[in-house]
Amino acid sequence: MQDGSQSGNNEFWTQQYQQKVDKIKPKPPIAKNLFWAFVVGGLICVLGQGIQDWFVCLGMAKKDAAAPTSAVMIFLGAFFTGIGVYDELGRRAGAGSIVPITGFANSIVAPAMEFKREGYVFGIGAKMFVIAGPVIVYGTVTAVTVGFIYWMLH
Amino acid sequence: MNKKHGKQSIIFGVPPAIASTATIVGPMEGEGLLGSYFDKVMEDNIGEHSSWEKCESYMLEWVINTALNKTNVAASDVDYILAGDLLNQLMATHFAMRNINRPFIGIYGACSTMAKSMLLGSILLDGGFGEKVVAACSSHHDAAERQYRFPTELGVQRPPMAQWTVTGAGAVLLTATGDGPKITAATVGKIVDAGIKDPNAMGPAMAPAAADTLWQHIQDTGRQPAYYDMIYTGDLGAVGKQLLIQLIQEKGIDISANYEDCGCMIYREEQDPHSGASGCGSSAVVMCGYLYPRLLAGKIKRILLIGTGSLHSQTSYQQKESIPCIAHAVAVEG
Repeated sequence: MQDGSQSGNNEFWTQQYQQKVDKIKPKPPIAKNLFWAFVVGGLICVLGQGIQDWFVCLGMAKKDAAAPTSAVMIFLGAFFTGIGVYDELGRRAGAGSIVPITGFANSIVAPAMEFKREGYVFGIGAKMFVIAGPVIVYGTVTAVTVGFIYWMLH
Repeated sequence: MNKKHGKQSIIFGVPPAIASTATIVGPMEGEGLLGSYFDKVMEDNIGEHSSWEKCESYMLEWVINTALNKTNVAASDVDYILAGDLLNQLMATHFAMRNINRPFIGIYGACSTMAKSMLLGSILLDGGFGEKVVAACSSHHDAAERQYRFPTELGVQRPPMAQWTVTGAGAVLLTATGDGPKITAATVGKIVDAGIKDPNAMGPAMAPAAADTLWQHIQDTGRQPAYYDMIYTGDLGAVGKQLLIQLIQEKGIDISANYEDCGCMIYREEQDPHSGASGCGSSAVVMCGYLYPRLLAGKIKRILLIGTGSLHSQTSYQQKESIPCIAHAVAVEG
């Protein structure tokens, strides 16, 4: 390994080095992360359920209550992103706060806030879906594919 | 007189002196381990500016002016300014330079910029191309984060190996003659690509570059690690630091006794920076805020500062390229 022979072309060396890195790199605290994801994700779902039940109490049919419940949850996600709390939550809860619909709201509002300085068209307009865009695209593609398969089978 | 030694190193004929330094940092760095050493701690990361980028420009302009004011050198006496930052097209630097109105050379070395600008400035001075050079650089956590990673308000979990980009700027006023710690030698690094592709693993990506430059420095100058009171790397972080010690140990050199990484000196554990600090500001604020006064006071005599830069971009990362890295070393002796 003399005289700077550790260049990127040396495949054996890079493999060895990657192993060395893997050996000493700190592992994420999986148990702790799982716990917080479960607790926070669970609490967000409990809140959503509570809101839905409340709409049902007000006399809505259960099916009809789903849409306003989503709207309220999206509003809460956006609101707590706006006041700078959601990223702190996400730092600890990980998937627990990313997976529910509030995380989806966060992923749209965060870039929208960030890129406001680049204007309403090329900033907010263009960058708003920079995180959520792929989810929407592949979500739609998956839905169409599944729908097509369903249609073929019936 | 040939000042080049060995393959990549320079020993200066008339070593330039560091006449003054200045630093500015954000609030998180101010609450960190070296908080009391910085000239100015901002109350928040944006101040009265309308964007993080503008705030970073302000920081850079502020440190350059403050370094000059400390020695009563007028801006008009400065022959060259060498500066850079992390943003695309050196946005923060170029906008800061609009008002300073001096001959300026923008440099990009990612997080190695402090050592790189000091190295180039010393070459200009020892070459007789001027009397006074300012070397400066800056980084801004939020401005870097939005360019390289995710929007700052996005609720993501950072991996434990990730490092925290420093909000900070540092400037060094170099003079061809005069008092102050001297830059006696330097080693210009080569690009080393260890095949690391994960942009959260910048420390591990840069460690081989630092090892390469350090080893070459020893070969070229004949200075063993013990020659220096301390050897500092710019921003390898906790993981990269450990890797560098290992890599250099494999070549039969032990630096575990007198080596530290600037990225491990800035934040407290409870500030949750994960593997440490990163960014141009990491080596800049430690060098200008902490090491320079100690050199001046004679508490340390000889240091080797190895600026480490991870030269990837968002495009290169998305195209699944590995990270080319560089390290430049400057020896400062009190």
